[in-house]
Amino acid sequence: MKHTISILVENHAGVLARVSGLFARRAYNIDSLAVGVTADENVSRITIVADGDEHILEQILKQLNKLIDVIKVRAVNENELLTRELVLVKVNCTPAQRSELISIAKITEAKISDISVNTITLELSDYSNKIKTFEELLRPYGIKEIVRTGTVAIQRGSASLTI
Amino acid sequence: MTVAKAMVECLKAEGVRHVFGYPGAAICPFYDELIASDIEHILVRHEVNGGHAASGYARMTGKAGVCIATSGPGALNLITAIATAYMDSIPIVAITGQVNSDQIGRDVFQEADITGSAEPFVKHSYIVKDPKSICDTIKKAFYIAETGRPGPVLIDVPQDVQNMQCEFFYPDKVEIRSYKPTTEGNKLQIKRAAEAFAKAKRPLICAGGGVFLSNAKEELKELAHKCDMPVINTMMGISNIDMSDPLYFGMMGMHGVKPANYAASQCDLLILLGARMGDRAVTALGGLDETQIIHIDIDPAEIGKNVRVTTPVVGNIKTITQQLLEVVPEMKHKEWLDELNGVRNVERSVPEAKPGTVCPKLFIQELNKHIEKDAVIVADVGCNQIWTANNIRLTEGRFLTAGGMGTMGYSLPAAIGAKKACPGRQVVALCGDGSLQMQFMELATALQHGINVKLVVFVNNDLGMVRELQYRIYGREIAVDLTGSPCFDKIAEAYGIKAENVTDISQAGAAITNMLASEKPYLLQVFVDKEVKAII
Ligand SMILES: Cc1ncc(C[n+]2csc(CCOP(=O)(O)OP(=O)(O)O)c2C)c(N)n1
Repeated sequence: MKHTISILVENHAGVLARVSGLFARRAYNIDSLAVGVTADENVSRITIVADGDEHILEQILKQLNKLIDVIKVRAVNENELLTRELVLVKVNCTPAQRSELISIAKITEAKISDISVNTITLELSDYSNKIKTFEELLRPYGIKEIVRTGTVAIQRGSASLTI
Repeated sequence: MTVAKAMVECLKAEGVRHVFGYPGAAICPFYDELIASDIEHILVRHEVNGGHAASGYARMTGKAGVCIATSGPGALNLITAIATAYMDSIPIVAITGQVNSDQIGRDVFQEADITGSAEPFVKHSYIVKDPKSICDTIKKAFYIAETGRPGPVLIDVPQDVQNMQCEFFYPDKVEIRSYKPTTEGNKLQIKRAAEAFAKAKRPLICAGGGVFLSNAKEELKELAHKCDMPVINTMMGISNIDMSDPLYFGMMGMHGVKPANYAASQCDLLILLGARMGDRAVTALGGLDETQIIHIDIDPAEIGKNVRVTTPVVGNIKTITQQLLEVVPEMKHKEWLDELNGVRNVERSVPEAKPGTVCPKLFIQELNKHIEKDAVIVADVGCNQIWTANNIRLTEGRFLTAGGMGTMGYSLPAAIGAKKACPGRQVVALCGDGSLQMQFMELATALQHGINVKLVVFVNNDLGMVRELQYRIYGREIAVDLTGSPCFDKIAEAYGIKAENVTDISQAGAAITNMLASEKPYLLQVFVDKEVKAII
């Protein structure tokens, strides 16, 4: 089962290594990872999507809490979360295919971020499954390059994770 | 003042009186400042032993032990000791020199990423780049090492930083917003635990190393007696209760004794008190599906990790035991205790020792007759450890061993640390001939610094415990024969340490008397037949 874990950490050198090292040595699987600074520049937020049963999730949360640099940890139910990934896809695109690709972009609400004689680069921010579908739609044209961020997540409604 | 001087001042302000270390270029500025202080430096003969000595020292004082090493190889040599302390939750502060800060990452001479390498085994670590942060860092290091679930903290200080200027200010208190260990047990959980106490017909307390770490020996005893509950130990818990107490039934687990394992397999309520239940302890708990299990531990991550728990209580063992004592009534469990005494009172025959050898069980029983009641006994790793764990009888004494990591070579340096902490108590290390060869250089440390430790080596000319395992699983042996080892009495003599050989149990009493009476380190070489198993 996939779990999205949000971690607030002290923003200094070596903290990410401590967090990722903990996952590696305790054999917890990381599906995706994203890091960025929060409104408070001394605090960073790490979002990790991890795989494992309830027992593993409980251990992950407890072990993370033991790291001195970890200020807060929270795993929130999937359906209470707003999640986003960003993807940039460079697709082969002859002038004749342009209008087709533009219409795909329109339907999926992707942005056309760059264009050249024989390629087009589309940008989409959405949840994981939507991004998968997007990729499948583009595959027939020939994907030259694809870059995807880790998932970031925020709780729906007024609840928030701050220190 | 310089950072190096501030480091020494911080240690003084922290009340540190002894440090265990080994110098090298990158830590020289600090060492030079040590000269002017009244902190005694004990020069070990290998950095790993500085770490183990700091561990022995910490376990006897309840304060963090301090060990020091230089950059690169010196720091790397410390890692096994740091990891050993981590496994057993022992507070140590390790200070290492590092190459100049502008050279970090360039693979310069004696550079090693020690904070990175030690990361899996430390509670926390620091690399000090800002001279202004040194005092705060050292204060935090001690605070983190000693509070909550104790553990090792590493401070890595580049050589150039040690020479920089800073202001000395040692804070009384530290605030770490992300570190707030729980001490008091949740009221509701205490109530639930008390309810489980009331229902139980066959309750059992399994007391671990946490009882020492929270200084809760008295409370444990009081709880056991108030509730008339039998007590067993994990390896790390040995001697946290007077072994002559009628409620005490010995060590449990893979290498434990029958009464303890019987109790663990037959109880209807198991109270885990500061015991993390490592896999070697858990083996005794087969088939406890119906049993209620109360797990009391300061580290929430230990609860439910290795055993199924019905009532978790997070917090300091001492505090929680006191909370329990307030709410539980006096109880009696005569039938259950009679049953356990029945198991305990079955006489086990002692195997006849071959000529020229001594049964280790009888030797340790003899040792029991001679040691003072508050003696400190340090067991190494292997058969010798199990012989000691299962046969030593301590009332007010203390048993030390490297339970979690099983690190050979722990006993002598840990004994040195323990003796430094408690000069008034007898300290005896017991080890095998394999493990002695990993640590005998420390005889020099003991001698040089006038540390009166006693060493008993059981010579079976084999890596006994591994040999036993090989025969059990593979029916044959490889790489466990220690032929070529020196006569250890000659080695001791070369160090100027008196030694005696014990080849027959009839000699044991006199040899032990001589050893304990001596004002200097002393070695007894006890010959044991190689066929003697760990469990006898
Ligand atoms: C540093 C280290 N290396 C290897 C081992 C594996 N090991 C466990 S017990 C043992 C044998 C110890 O032999 P000895 O010290 O002679 O003690 P004995 O078992 O014979 O009493 C070994 C090699 C270990 N525990 N620690």
